[in-house]
Amino acid sequence: MRNILPILTVVAGIVVLWYALAVMLNAPWAYAQAKRADTTLSFGEMVQHTMAQDKPRLPAPHQVATEIWETTAEKKITSKRSLIYHGWITLRATLLGFAFGTALGIGLAVSIVYFRVMDMSVMPWIIASQTVPILAIAPMIVVVLAALQVNDIVAKGVISMYLSFFPVVVGMVKGLRSPDAMLLDQMKTYSASASQTFWKLRLPTSTPYLFASLKVAVAASLIGAVVAELSLSQNGGLGARLLAGSYYGQTIQIWSALLSAATLAALMVITLGVLEKMTLKRMGMAQ
Amino acid sequence: MSWIALSLIVWAAAFALNVFLVRHGGRSAAYVVPVIFGLTILFIWEGMVRGLNISPVLLPPPSAIGAALASKTHILWTDLVQTFFKGALTGYVMGCGSAIMVALLIDRSPFLQRGLLPVGNFIAALPIVGLAPIMVMWFGFDWQSKAAVVVAMVFFPMLVNTVQGLQATDAMQRDLMRTYAASYGQTLRYLRLPAAMPFIFNGLKISTTLALIGAIVAEFFGSPIKGMGFRISTEVGRLALDMVWAEITVAALLGSAFYGLMALLEKRATFWHPSQRK
Repeated sequence: MRNILPILTVVAGIVVLWYALAVMLNAPWAYAQAKRADTTLSFGEMVQHTMAQDKPRLPAPHQVATEIWETTAEKKITSKRSLIYHGWITLRATLLGFAFGTALGIGLAVSIVYFRVMDMSVMPWIIASQTVPILAIAPMIVVVLAALQVNDIVAKGVISMYLSFFPVVVGMVKGLRSPDAMLLDQMKTYSASASQTFWKLRLPTSTPYLFASLKVAVAASLIGAVVAELSLSQNGGLGARLLAGSYYGQTIQIWSALLSAATLAALMVITLGVLEKMTLKRMGMAQ
Repeated sequence: MSWIALSLIVWAAAFALNVFLVRHGGRSAAYVVPVIFGLTILFIWEGMVRGLNISPVLLPPPSAIGAALASKTHILWTDLVQTFFKGALTGYVMGCGSAIMVALLIDRSPFLQRGLLPVGNFIAALPIVGLAPIMVMWFGFDWQSKAAVVVAMVFFPMLVNTVQGLQATDAMQRDLMRTYAASYGQTLRYLRLPAAMPFIFNGLKISTTLALIGAIVAEFFGSPIKGMGFRISTEVGRLALDMVWAEITVAALLGSAFYGLMALLEKRATFWHPSQRK
């Protein structure tokens, strides 16, 4: 709680900086307009003009806030101009990819911890796979999957999966290996089978690591879904709003789509944080 | 049919060989095993594409990708120069450099640091790549807009890591510097910057991939008629997937090399750190 004041200060600083930038970037257009109308602008009038342009280079924060309010609260959810409608499309793809990625990640981690062959042959490639700019392949994967008649949510989910399995693998490998030799030896003295050691020792100890990776993975998963929507824009989604905004120079629309994506990411990370607290508390592992 | 059978046999043989190497191979196995695994994947890919008659429009075999790599070297090179050296690298240097500067500036105010760490961590998790269309609008189609996207993408991860790194010294060490009557600058130069190096390099390594992704994705929103992102999106449109995969191979090699370079520098600069000692 003691961090609230500093955080608010930093956020306020960012907002002030944003307003200053908006004035600076939009001023040339304001002056050009005034020149065409053969009037001169005082500084105050210029600032007012920069806050209320239709297609500003950088919309002021309150313009974006108004746009978000109008496209969420004041539009019907089924409307194609509602951000909630588009956000839901993105969210579904994100969650699907997140679920796939988590399952794949945990599966790989378990096999890596239990089979030395997997550890030595697959692990280096998993690490190398992340130095590949995956998002760059997104359009191609989407085209190929579309040619295979795959549902477009699944196509987006595949990209989310590729981005989200990595943090889960790395975190879970670390987590499953975290019980120390003493505990493992104790399981042996109980003559516990391999599956008992897994369910009663390794899996519970890895839970904190799992949640830490899940938070990273869900954010990565959202980025994957948004970028995938750039090439599947006909079906809507926040990425499609970004693309449409950039085609028509609707900067306010771009920023509101960006901020909604940010909010979505924040909500998912916070949800996972709450789940983490509850789970760890029930398991008696809360700090 | 014979292709499928052959690739299955090769797969089984390579798997058995890997199991054997892991058990009896000694130290060199750590290098040989992943290479064998990679080659097997390539072989199965080739065998399955041929055996199942998969259209090259969907998935070209590795041999076709290799042919594209060899025959279109000059196009790949111009794309690489445009995207990597002009876009990604410029943005990387500017973004990481300014993040380190800002971290040093706010270093004197613990109040700002406490606020900045959570906010920075939050922003680092956002889909910043979505700024690409805006940057293209602001800075035009050429590499400047790509560099700007890269700056925005690498800035916060780098800032958070540097700020954290500068806090990494413990009270005993700082007190020792004070008993030496060391000035703020001396403490920074001889104690805190070296101690922050592992964190700074962590940020630099994360940023290598981000820089490449930013530069390539920004090209989807408009670019001159060269660049890796431009090539990928147009060749997908022409269904020339061998060329797309060739670009991806170049990007993958480039990404790994860039990361490897940073890891190497890290080894040189932080040889004293426990994680680098053998």
